Order: sequence, then C-alpha cells, then structure tokens
Amino acid sequence: MRDELGVRGQAAIVGVADAASPTGDLDLHGRALEAAMIREALDDAGLELSDVDAVFSAGDAMGLPEFLGLHPRWVDGTMTGGSSFEVHVQHAATAIALGLCDVAVSVYAATPHSDRKRGRANDFGGRRGGNFAAMTWEMPYGMRMPMGAYALAASRHMAEFGTTPEQLAQIAVSTREWAALNPRARFRDPLSIDDVLTSEMICSPLHKLDCCLQTDGAGAFVMTSAERARDLRRPPVYVLGVGTATSHSMISQMPDLTTTATTVSGPIAFEMAGIDHEDVDLLMLYDSFTITTLLLLEDLGFCKKGEGGPFVEDGKLGPGGELPTNTNGGGLSYTHPGMYGMFLIVEAVRQLRGEAGPRQVPGCKIAVASGSGGVLSAMSTCVLGSST
Amino acid sequence: MSAPAPGRYEPPVTDEAVPFWSATERRALMLPWCTTCEQPFWYPRPVCPRCLSPDIEWRPASGRGEVYAVSVMHRPAHPGMADRVPYPVALVDLDEGVRLLTNVVDVDAMQVHVGMQVELSWEPMSDGRNLPVFAPART
Repeated sequence: MRDELGVRGQAAIVGVADAASPTGDLDLHGRALEAAMIREALDDAGLELSDVDAVFSAGDAMGLPEFLGLHPRWVDGTMTGGSSFEVHVQHAATAIALGLCDVAVSVYAATPHSDRKRGRANDFGGRRGGNFAAMTWEMPYGMRMPMGAYALAASRHMAEFGTTPEQLAQIAVSTREWAALNPRARFRDPLSIDDVLTSEMICSPLHKLDCCLQTDGAGAFVMTSAERARDLRRPPVYVLGVGTATSHSMISQMPDLTTTATTVSGPIAFEMAGIDHEDVDLLMLYDSFTITTLLLLEDLGFCKKGEGGPFVEDGKLGPGGELPTNTNGGGLSYTHPGMYGMFLIVEAVRQLRGEAGPRQVPGCKIAVASGSGGVLSAMSTCVLGSST
Repeated sequence: MSAPAPGRYEPPVTDEAVPFWSATERRALMLPWCTTCEQPFWYPRPVCPRCLSPDIEWRPASGRGEVYAVSVMHRPAHPGMADRVPYPVALVDLDEGVRLLTNVVDVDAMQVHVGMQVELSWEPMSDGRNLPVFAPART
C-alpha cells in the first residue's frame, strides 16, 4: 500500500480556469494573465484571494506570492517543465492531507505566440539556459530542441517495435477530432493521416503535424481539503492518486528511449487511487508530440510496451472511441504555451464535473492526467475522481 | 575526415572536462572511468554518478559504436549548420557501454539507421580542439 500517509481523497480541486484562443494570441500576458487566471479559478470555487495560504508556481516561489500580496505558509516553485502542474497537484494534495495548508493555488501563463509578434521577451519558462551539461555535450551537434529529442525516441520506437508514421499520425488525427468540438481550439479543421504525413518533415521521423502548437495560454487550479470542498460552489474533484518520477534531464541520458519514468509514476498513482485500467473514463496524456502520447499509453499500461502503434490505429482515442483521450484537443490542436500540464488538469476537472459541453465524456467519473516534462524526463501522473 | 566547420556552435570547457578537451587536440577520445566502480561514465562529472567517488581516471575509448537512435534535422538548430541540412543527429552506444549524442558524417543522412556500426571521426574547432563525430565503420 503506497498511501501510508492517507493522501487519497483528502484534497479536492475546487476551482479551475484556463485561457486559450483560436488565433493563438491572448491580450494579457505575464503577471496580469496569471492574476486573471487566479481570480477566475477562485471565483469558480467561490473562494477569496485571502483564503489562499499556499502558492504554487513553476519556478517562482517568491515573486508570485509577493505580487499577489500573500504571505503563504506553503510555497512551492517546483519546475519540471510541462509536468510541473501534475507535480503541483501531488505536492498540494499531500500538504493539504497533512494539514500543512488549507487552500492552494497553482498558476501558469505563457504567451510565446504574441511575445514574438510584439517583440517581448519570451517568458516561456525555465527551460532555457543554465544547463552546462546540455550546452557542452548536446548543443554542438545541432539537435533542434525539443523536437529532436522526441524524434530520437520515435526513431528508436519504430526500429525496435515496427511502429509506423501512420500510427503516430493517427494520434494527431484523433486529437483533432476532439478539437473540432472545442470552440477555443487553435485548429479545428478535420485532419487526415495523409495531411500529417505530407506536412513538413521537422526532425525525422516527426512531421510538423506530429508536433504540438506554440500558442499563448494560461491556467490555474485551486485545491482545498475534501471537507471544505463539500461546501463550495462546484462539485469537488478529488485527488485520488498521485505519483512522480524522473529519469534524466538530457535525452542523451535517458536509459531507454522507448520507456519513460511514467512506468513508475503511473503505478504509484493507480495504486494509491485503488483503480485499475478499466476504471478510467478519460485520459489526459501530455501530447507535446504524437510519440509522447504513444509512450504514455504504453507506460501507463493501457497496452503492452511496443504495441502502442496498433493500439491507437482504430481511432479509439477520439470522440466515440473506447478510450477518450485529450478531449480538449490537446497540445496538438487546442493550445500549447510551452508547459502544457496545467491544461491536462483543467480539462480533467471540467469533464469530471460534467461541464465539457459537446465534448463531454458520458458518465466521466475517473480521469487520469499524466504529464511529461523536459524531454520525457520528469513524469507525473494524477488520478482524479468525481467521488472518493 | 570532414572539412572544418567554423560555423558550428563550440561548447564551453567546463572544469571537469579539461582532460577530455585537451585530448581532443590530439584527436584522442578519452572517457572518464571511476576507479572504484571500474566503469566508465558519460558525461564527464567531477564525481562518479554511481558512487560519488572523486577518483576518476581518463582512459582512451575504442572509438567504435552502434547507432541507438537517429533523427535527421531538416532545418538547422544553429545558423552555423545551415549548409549541412539535412543532417543526422544520433545517439551512439560506444563499445565501452556509454552513450553519446553526436552527428554521423560522411554518409547520406537518410542512410543512417538504428543499428548502424560507426567509428570515431573528428571535426576541427576554431581553438585547436576537435569535436568527436562518427562515420560509418569501414571494417
């Protein structure tokens, strides 16, 4: 039993917000955008800023609380790239379960799409600079980042298991079908496998349409104790299981490019939640690239290692399929500001509350959000549920 | 041997890698070995990543290896490599058991494949160092 401390079901996400637009641009940026997300998520919950006593940001544990005028008793600046917000769910739920804080807020905002047009410094997040190892041992070889790193993983998966470009493309196609149902998605036009395969080759074997978008985007979640959650505005979404594991920072240090540390984070989260695969109604899987989603499906155990290609081939991830995945349209078609993990959480919460409109998964009770940070480096899995 | 590539990004020399880069001036590929574990490791660190021992010895590598994974860049990651596209970036497993990110040179980019046997080659840098790259094995 992995839940000796009794984290399961003790905390609930009670407010969410996210911002994205079909143009890829948002009007606000920086702190103003973060503040808008926090206000919206608190409104969603029916809580005030003064209720917040725990502040989470990906890399800025001091500046954000100061900006908000808060003196929190729990601060967390954990920055694991795209999975940061799954890790925040884990840390916040644990702290709340132990009574170390009561109301936690995590926020993310990045506007790379409009920053470029407006000549603003890109506040993409902490991935840039500072890593002497990568600057010394990887950068001289001209690998485009992060696409090249994921392309190496796809190359190995294809060589080892016979995975085809068509199978990877099917993931982009299924995800686009979901995006068609989301009015805020960046791209909603139907996509064919051929469209993916004839799009520009970026880093072989990954084409342009195997790669996520680069858009503005922002989001926030508010979490509190299950007890307090029951009196708030929205149905609580309980944190049932959480797990995080890392295996490397640079792709050249990844032990096996076909197997991520989700093989560790997933079972920890599932065991804590006490669920099995057939209990899962919705999968929110990081899709920085089509290969990312494929590896997560395998590493979470929805199919065997190496069988992800044939597994996705019938479109089961799309609308009407047996395994609804990335129902907001994903990083591939909805939004991807650089660290996408926040949107996995927000969509899972909306689905579990039954608020997802035309893309609602009927009877959605258990959702799994699994994030990937760095280059398949920092993997974090959350099991969320509409009841305990 | 490939032509000099003045445009390529040239890496900094960090303290722990001084012996590595010095050896490249005479085109020798040296690997850091932990004398406690009696195993090589990659990338160079001031201590062994298995046991944290600071007792490290630099030993020559065979220069032979196998492509573990490869991706062809269709646009350059650095302007200095624009004249090379498309070029392959590969992970190569050396016979000694360590894995390096590198380029495979002297071959059509599209011919580089997982499992390909490769051997060490060098590209001169502007300061007298040489950058280790790999070419298809001749034997």
